[in-house]
Amino acid sequence: MSIPLSWYLILAAALFCIGLYGVLSRKNAIAILLGVELMLNAVNINLVAFWRYFNPAQMSGQAFAVIVFAVAAAEVAVGLALIISVYRRRKTVLADEIDLMKW
Amino acid sequence: MNFLIWFLPLPPLLAFFTIIIFTNKSKPLSHTIAIGAAGLSWLGSMVIFVKAVGMQEFGKHIFESSVNWLPTKDLWLQIGVRVDPLSAVVLFFVAWTVLAIFVYSIGYHNFGQPKGDHDLPGMPPHGAIVVEKGYKSLVPSIEPMYSRFFAFISLFAFGMYTLVLSNNLLTLYIGWEIMGLCSYLLIGFWYGKKSARDAAVKAFMTTRIGDVFMLLGIAFLYSATGSLTFSEIFQPRVLEALLAANTPVLGLSAAGLIGLLLFIGTIGKSAQWPLHVWLPDAMEGPTPVSAMIHAATMVSAGVYMVIRMFPLISLDAHTMTVVAFIGSFTALFAATIAVAQNDIKKVLAYSTISQLGFMIAALGVHAYVAAAFHLVTHAFFKALLFLGSGSVIHGMEHGVLHTGEHVDAQDMFNMGGLRKKMPITFWTFLIGGLALSGFPVLTAGFWSKDEIFAEAFGKGHLAVFTVLALAAFLTAFYTMRQITLTFLGKARTRAAEHARETTWTMTIPLIVLAVFAVGFGWVGIPEHFPGLGGILPNWFHEFVGGTLAELPEAVKFSWIPLITSLGVALGGLFVGWLVYRKVRNPAEDRLQIPLLKNKYYFDEIYNSLLIRPAYWVAESFTSLFMDRKVIDGSLHGVARFSLFLGNAFRNYFDKPVINEFLGDGTGKAVKASGFSLRKIQAGRVQYYMVASVVVLVIFAVLYYFLNTGM
Repeated sequence: MSIPLSWYLILAAALFCIGLYGVLSRKNAIAILLGVELMLNAVNINLVAFWRYFNPAQMSGQAFAVIVFAVAAAEVAVGLALIISVYRRRKTVLADEIDLMKW
Repeated sequence: MNFLIWFLPLPPLLAFFTIIIFTNKSKPLSHTIAIGAAGLSWLGSMVIFVKAVGMQEFGKHIFESSVNWLPTKDLWLQIGVRVDPLSAVVLFFVAWTVLAIFVYSIGYHNFGQPKGDHDLPGMPPHGAIVVEKGYKSLVPSIEPMYSRFFAFISLFAFGMYTLVLSNNLLTLYIGWEIMGLCSYLLIGFWYGKKSARDAAVKAFMTTRIGDVFMLLGIAFLYSATGSLTFSEIFQPRVLEALLAANTPVLGLSAAGLIGLLLFIGTIGKSAQWPLHVWLPDAMEGPTPVSAMIHAATMVSAGVYMVIRMFPLISLDAHTMTVVAFIGSFTALFAATIAVAQNDIKKVLAYSTISQLGFMIAALGVHAYVAAAFHLVTHAFFKALLFLGSGSVIHGMEHGVLHTGEHVDAQDMFNMGGLRKKMPITFWTFLIGGLALSGFPVLTAGFWSKDEIFAEAFGKGHLAVFTVLALAAFLTAFYTMRQITLTFLGKARTRAAEHARETTWTMTIPLIVLAVFAVGFGWVGIPEHFPGLGGILPNWFHEFVGGTLAELPEAVKFSWIPLITSLGVALGGLFVGWLVYRKVRNPAEDRLQIPLLKNKYYFDEIYNSLLIRPAYWVAESFTSLFMDRKVIDGSLHGVARFSLFLGNAFRNYFDKPVINEFLGDGTGKAVKASGFSLRKIQAGRVQYYMVASVVVLVIFAVLYYFLNTGM
């Protein structure tokens, strides 16, 4: 292969960190979800890269990636449902203001 | 036979318990049980006496039996009984006098009379109002504590029988002390009266002093010989050993010291000088008590003990001198006091002390049989006199209640002319008084007193003889004084005019005792007595003399003691009658000398010398100082120290360290940390996520370093 594996892994790590930064610093809950999506996609890239470079014949690598996608999608759906529910109650989507579970 | 001897003291003891536990409420039942018991013992005593008299050489074949009681290392302290000639005759008079007095007590305590109106147990009964044919009269009332009296005299009888029948000093001492206890209980019978209570304590304390010394003597004897049994101690080798052993006390031999110590017990119990002070006060008790305890039996116990221990006591001449001195001194001393007494019972009390002095003096001059003889005759006539005086007092009290006059029923100067009103009492009292004075031939007292005189004179103890002769003169004098003032002449008060003879339960015992007071002397007529000697054998001398190892010799007859005895007796009686038939009140009685009336101030001397210092020591030293300051003080000190320690612990350790530091401190620390740590839970999700990422990074770094560093 012409592109070394490490380039893909660095890309995945960079995307992961960006996603992590987005989760930790964005106020808007939907933006946090976007960050989570980004992290999941970064993990997917990592997974596929490893599959393609080490054992492209086996199907299980691809299957794994597809499952991760499905799980991500389901999780976003649930997340959005939760945010809508919270919004209906508290009229806000800012993570800072959803702090009923504090001491 | 042995069973009968062991059985003899028991009926009165059982009567005591039965009355106390079961029949206390029922007066007739109580006296029946008591009299039944006394009767049983009397019967047993008579059987034993007859058997004893019937035996030849009884002194050599006595009845004896003992059981081991308390072990003391190698030997045993024993309880035992013994009937030898001495105890047989003593048993005789004890049985008769006890029974007579028990029967007398029924009448004395007014059995059959109604209960008194204001009678309280503890005080003498003072009359009940009875409505008869329309008008009220005051009659004597029954004693509220009737059953208690019979219980106590039964216990007393048990004590006396035990003492008489004992075969060793321990059993004798047991009986001795039981009688001391009963004396206390019975003198203080009317415990509501302070004078009676004081008299009871005084009697007990005074005899106790004697008893302590006696116990010392017994202990010494036991340690020296290993035995207390009479038959064992009176063996010649034991006696010789005791005589040879020396003691550090006053240079006496062991025999002498033991004899002296035992004799001190008798000084207490038989009220000899200087321990005589309790007996006159003991007249506070009811008259049967005075008769039984202080005339016939208990005080005789002291003399009996000396007679018993005669082989031991007679060994040392110094002890015998002391005995003779105390005896004769007391005889004269008490006789001089008796002439100035106005209370009918007090005269008899001092007379008892005096007569016991006669017996002790007789023993002091080695007149063994004479002393025993006088003991027996004295018991009869003195009991007779006391019971007679009780009868007089009852008659007077009847008069007092009848007339409402408040006179002392016991003061002789309130009496007079009772001869007509109370004939049986008069004649029996006269017989008793003549016996006491030693009226010749017809009364027992003459024979026994004459024998004492003969022995004292015949053995050369002229000092004792003279003193006893003087005492005998005074005896006759004050006896006649008593009879004259009480019975002869005219009644001096209205109460005496209305006196009445007492019931049969009181007069029959008087008659019985009078018979003995007359007749008992005739068993001891000396052989060489002019005229009468030899007609009847001197049975008493042979019989009782056989108790000793060697029959004592009868003293040679001499006219001097006989003439002296006749002279003092008849002379005293005559002078007494002559002087007192004219005397109407104490002012005319020239013998009311303060020194004599106040008993030579001995009570006051003892009070200031002995009793007040004893009380002072008890109150100031022992009670205030030792008890409160020293003992209580140290206890309080311990308490204060513990309190101090406790407080210190509490304030310096418990509160600051445990409460505040450990207890509250932990709480505060936890609370403070909680306050600060709870800020972690901000409730904001992003904070949680930051935290988890940080921790993840740290773990990753650690994992990396651990794995590569390993």
